[in-house]
Amino acid sequence: MSVAPDRKLDCLGLFCPMPILKMREAMKHLAAGAVLEMTSDDPASEADVKSWTARTGHELVDIEKNGPIFRFLVRKTG
Amino acid sequence: MARSSASSSERPASSRASLTRVYLDYGGFAPVDPRVVAVMRPFFEGGVGNPSAPHSLGVEARASLDGARAKVARLFGGSPGGVIFTASATEANNLAIKGIALRAAGRHVVTSAIDHISTLNACRDLEKHGYAVTYVGVDGDGRVDPAVVARALRPDTALVSVMAASDEIGTVQPMREIGRLAHARGVPFHVDAVGAAGRVPFSVDECRIDLLTLSSNDLYGPPGAGALWVRPDVPLAPIILGGGQEQGYRSGTENLPAIAGMGVAADLARVEGGAEVARLSELRDRLLAGVLDAVADTRITGARGPARLPHHASVVVRGVKADSVLMELDLRGVAASSGSACNALTGEPSHVLRAIGCDRTEYEGSLCFTLGRWTTAAEVDAVLEVLPPIVTRLRRLAP
Repeated sequence: MSVAPDRKLDCLGLFCPMPILKMREAMKHLAAGAVLEMTSDDPASEADVKSWTARTGHELVDIEKNGPIFRFLVRKTG
Repeated sequence: MARSSASSSERPASSRASLTRVYLDYGGFAPVDPRVVAVMRPFFEGGVGNPSAPHSLGVEARASLDGARAKVARLFGGSPGGVIFTASATEANNLAIKGIALRAAGRHVVTSAIDHISTLNACRDLEKHGYAVTYVGVDGDGRVDPAVVARALRPDTALVSVMAASDEIGTVQPMREIGRLAHARGVPFHVDAVGAAGRVPFSVDECRIDLLTLSSNDLYGPPGAGALWVRPDVPLAPIILGGGQEQGYRSGTENLPAIAGMGVAADLARVEGGAEVARLSELRDRLLAGVLDAVADTRITGARGPARLPHHASVVVRGVKADSVLMELDLRGVAASSGSACNALTGEPSHVLRAIGCDRTEYEGSLCFTLGRWTTAAEVDAVLEVLPPIVTRLRRLAP
């Protein structure tokens, strides 16, 4: 993967709504253009992150799946 | 004061608290019935032992525990021995879903897309451990079609779990039809009856229910107690391990004050439920009709009439954010909710509103009014008086 994250957020073991809640908090402390990496093993997190980024306008740069673990890269906009 | 003779007309102190004049968030938290509090008080004031202890105080405590078990079981026609007390309905849902899955040969579970978050997250935890889960969809009113459940069943289905009625949109599910078809295929049927118990008449035998979740507070009992009823001979594994309380299915010293309170609350719900349902249905319809009449571009979410919980009124109001409306209502002494606590936290559209096909312009304006034992017509009218100007003002402010 070419994009290096500016911050990493570990949400392994947590379930909805926690990954989104923690992501929203983490985003607040990032500058526009910075990239957050969030890892989650909640099967619902793929749909949740897609919906959240679509609604908030942050850019979903990449989703990588390794077995049960999702790795999301989200770039903060605006 | 003769507390034991307190009547249901005596309002609990919590509903008189602070500036709140109109409390329509019974689904979020129900005031505990003063008659329940009266029964609980001696358990805090001494002279009560641990139900597992061999001395006479322990024996008395054991009798109180078994009495509560019988009262809870009577509410839905189950055997008292099947009642496992838990600390919450969330725990009971987890115990039902994981407890069945851990013992079953099959590794597939069927639930609905609009079930409670405790059910959905327990199912997602199973998915992490290699189980397959089918989340059946619902129609525009939030009703699960039994035929869709039938099609979702597989030879390896270990459990069907569908909530009796939605806490968010009030729709009552066809428990009887789903139960019968699951039974015909030999699949255990779990029902989260938190919102429906005491409000929708049913029995576990008539609906072929094998596991049933209840919450104490939804019956006007204290928070901190819940129960899972399990039909005898249905294999279940415990998820909390320890000293073997609750027949080994839920270890940990029993929360006897709360459990005794839940028992009385269940008894009151059984005896008074019928009259309360009629009274609340009328208030609910008065509220729904009034809101639709006075607030343009608004629609009811969930079913209407008898297919809806009698105390539950939910609407989506276009062009406003629920948070702003709720804040304005609160300033005018009205407590209500948006229907879903976790979505209030994340600001994301609720899974229930998405499942019934609400669009983006609607789900931000979801309002949920849950009525209860002490709700009056004057309270409903107060909401109908303050809500329309709030919506008008907020719509004017909106870009």
